[in-house]
Amino acid sequence: MTGGPLPAEPYDVVVVGAGVVGSAIARELARYPLRTALVDAADDVGEGTSKANTAILHTGFDAVPGSLEARLVREGQRLLTRYAAEAGIPVEPLGALLVAWDEEQLAALPGLARKARENGYRDARPIGAAELRAREPHLGPGALGALDVPGEGVICPWTTVLAYATQAVRAGVDLLLGCEVRDVRPGHELVTTRGVLRARYLVNAAGLYADELDRLLGHRDFNVRPRRGQLIVFDAFARDLVRHILLPVPTALGKGVLVSPTVHGKVLLGPTAEDVDDRTATGSTAEGLAFLREKGRRIVPALLDEEVTAVYAGLRAATEEDDYRIACHPGQRYVTVGGIRSTGLTASMAIAAHVVDLLAGAGLEPGPARELPAVRMPNLGEAFPRPYADARAIAADPAYGEIVCFCERVTRGEIRDALASAVPPASPAGLRRRTRAGAGRCQGYYCGAAVRALFEEAR
Amino acid sequence: MTPVRTVDVLVVGAGPAGLGAAARLAALGAGTVEVLERERDLGAVRRWAVAARRAGAVLRTGVTVTGWAGPLTLDTTSPAGRERVAARAVVLATGARERPRAARLVPGTRPAGVLTGGELRRAVRRHRQDVGTRAVVVGTEPDAARRAVRTLRRAGVEVAALVTRERWRAPGALTGRLPVLDGTAVTGLLGRGRLSGVRVRRGDGREATLACDTVVFTGEWVPEHELARSGGVALAPGTRGPAVDGAFRTSVAGVFAVGALLHGGASTVGAVVRGRAVAAPVLAYLSGRAPWPGAGVPVVADAPLRWVVPNRLGAGGGRFLVRAARPLVRPVVVVSQDGVLLLRRRVWRALVPSRSLPLPAGWAARVDPGGGPVRVRVW
Repeated sequence: MTGGPLPAEPYDVVVVGAGVVGSAIARELARYPLRTALVDAADDVGEGTSKANTAILHTGFDAVPGSLEARLVREGQRLLTRYAAEAGIPVEPLGALLVAWDEEQLAALPGLARKARENGYRDARPIGAAELRAREPHLGPGALGALDVPGEGVICPWTTVLAYATQAVRAGVDLLLGCEVRDVRPGHELVTTRGVLRARYLVNAAGLYADELDRLLGHRDFNVRPRRGQLIVFDAFARDLVRHILLPVPTALGKGVLVSPTVHGKVLLGPTAEDVDDRTATGSTAEGLAFLREKGRRIVPALLDEEVTAVYAGLRAATEEDDYRIACHPGQRYVTVGGIRSTGLTASMAIAAHVVDLLAGAGLEPGPARELPAVRMPNLGEAFPRPYADARAIAADPAYGEIVCFCERVTRGEIRDALASAVPPASPAGLRRRTRAGAGRCQGYYCGAAVRALFEEAR
Repeated sequence: MTPVRTVDVLVVGAGPAGLGAAARLAALGAGTVEVLERERDLGAVRRWAVAARRAGAVLRTGVTVTGWAGPLTLDTTSPAGRERVAARAVVLATGARERPRAARLVPGTRPAGVLTGGELRRAVRRHRQDVGTRAVVVGTEPDAARRAVRTLRRAGVEVAALVTRERWRAPGALTGRLPVLDGTAVTGLLGRGRLSGVRVRRGDGREATLACDTVVFTGEWVPEHELARSGGVALAPGTRGPAVDGAFRTSVAGVFAVGALLHGGASTVGAVVRGRAVAAPVLAYLSGRAPWPGAGVPVVADAPLRWVVPNRLGAGGGRFLVRAARPLVRPVVVVSQDGVLLLRRRVWRALVPSRSLPLPAGWAARVDPGGGPVRVRVW
């Protein structure tokens, strides 16, 4: 139920924020006989920080040892890897190379390998320039060596959120979109743009706005300091230039810029890291793009000759502290999940399990857990079969042979399925995240009007 | 996969060049000539489709070529299923597209209402969609920009301004009663949900915001080269289209390339004519009279020239086309190989980036086949 009036009777749990973290929490709660609502101000799930993720499935090798983030990323990677295989979320275990471009970075590699071991990750090892060159022949000149982290992978961030939300909705969770929480009155009466919502327990997964919601509950534990990350996506031919996730070596100056293949068959260059005041400042800037291109030219020079398919910017919900800010307030029957940065995608399922434990500790009696009915998401990954190339699927339904988006080879059948799904898109951009329609090199030159027509028809 | 079907000539793309090629090939008796077109609706080129069919070519629409299964063998997808088609010769006529906003690296937000000229045309003509109320058109190529302005006005959209980096003389004559901001760059897009305006910077550094709910990026044609490239066809660095000789032969035996795929935008009629010109070389190849040439001496354009077509020397071909990257006033164009002058010609007009300059090809006979690349430059 994405529209319509809000129910008068209270929910057992209301989760505010339908990003990757909130959706994972709602999915976890759906396993119990509880009345749960997943609420978001936007008109689609994953519409904030989650959609602009760098899409890496982390091992957690470089987390701060002993931190909550280190534990949840480690557990989350295991959980999400298994879940992705079941739910059809594309994952490619490419492995990462942290490339050292100067002596200082080279000297940092053994320490990073040690830190990885402290984080329980034992497969990281430094490699020399010759091996690095053999494994990444298109790397720019001057690379001195790398830390090989074979366990890192890439994942589809859009399908992940949708899988969680779809499974939650199918299991009875109410998804309330376009529902911005404006105030919280005592007794968990949430005043929203769609009316008043009542909850016995409240989970704050509001991402960039988590501190504001926290304040409505009387807490001043942290401040969100949005950190903008601009990204450039290069077209499919760039994919042949990069075999691993090429990570920068973190230095005192920050985490730096990565070059990474995507499961959609493209290459990502970014992100920038700019502290901004405005929580809606998701625009790219000329300076940011010039900076990324300069970095990209150094890392994989041939990349810059390839066509750009997309430029976008996301805001990480950073706080003044490095670790996640997950806190339970038992007296208030309230859990805050703040300060979740880009690792939140990997950690999402572990965060969800942790939050449900906290809710139980605060008095929630969830009842017996059950296995959720499995979901199988439409495949958006290049490494797995897609309908346009599947003779049997086309024979069974010719709509899978009718390619609408030529660059990404998205068929009318896939678009129709997405429009009729349990969590349907609210805009052509939402349709793009569900199908890849319009995500290619032509950016709608050929298919934009046709895709929009299909979207309008379904409304 | 279904068994392989075989035809004599497979033309990929039913734009003007592909249809012109198919019509001529069928008329000259090239055997079975089949055109594959991924769009279902042919739109503006319908009359050339009629001509191609009348000549005996088979035209199949709604069929997408998804890749190469082997030399001269293509895999296709259509509602009828997957099919593999082999040919004795393949003519690539996949056209060109306008470079969209992202690839132009125009910063700002990502609102709705950001189009290319091609998307605008399809939205208005084919789907009768609402394209906003007030638009800004961006582009350096007068033909493409003018076409977008016309389409917008026909759809009842007010055109607030035409923004171009170039210096356009007599702008009023271009589109009539339209503010033309020449020497101006688009520096950002504004608005959430829907576009609210574009930021521009004039040549003198002044900045301004133009309020609009639609922006149309026109021109900057990019060859749709993905099929060519995935088949191992070498590209020419200047055009980013397949490198061809004067007989439209690419680096891969039996694969020809024609039309806008070679260098971006071209007029419809011009593309039909050039498409027809590929028929004779294809027939010569099919008859076995003309063996496929080796790599050939490359012909390259040096800055400030952007490209030259054909870009490999071989048999055939009447003339070369040269395009400038920026306006050049009465340049002297020089063709040379390894320091040996082959042609020197004063151009008695301005060379603009949106128009090609034809060069005669008489000098090609004096090129040393074992020598270095032929360079086209301006003095």
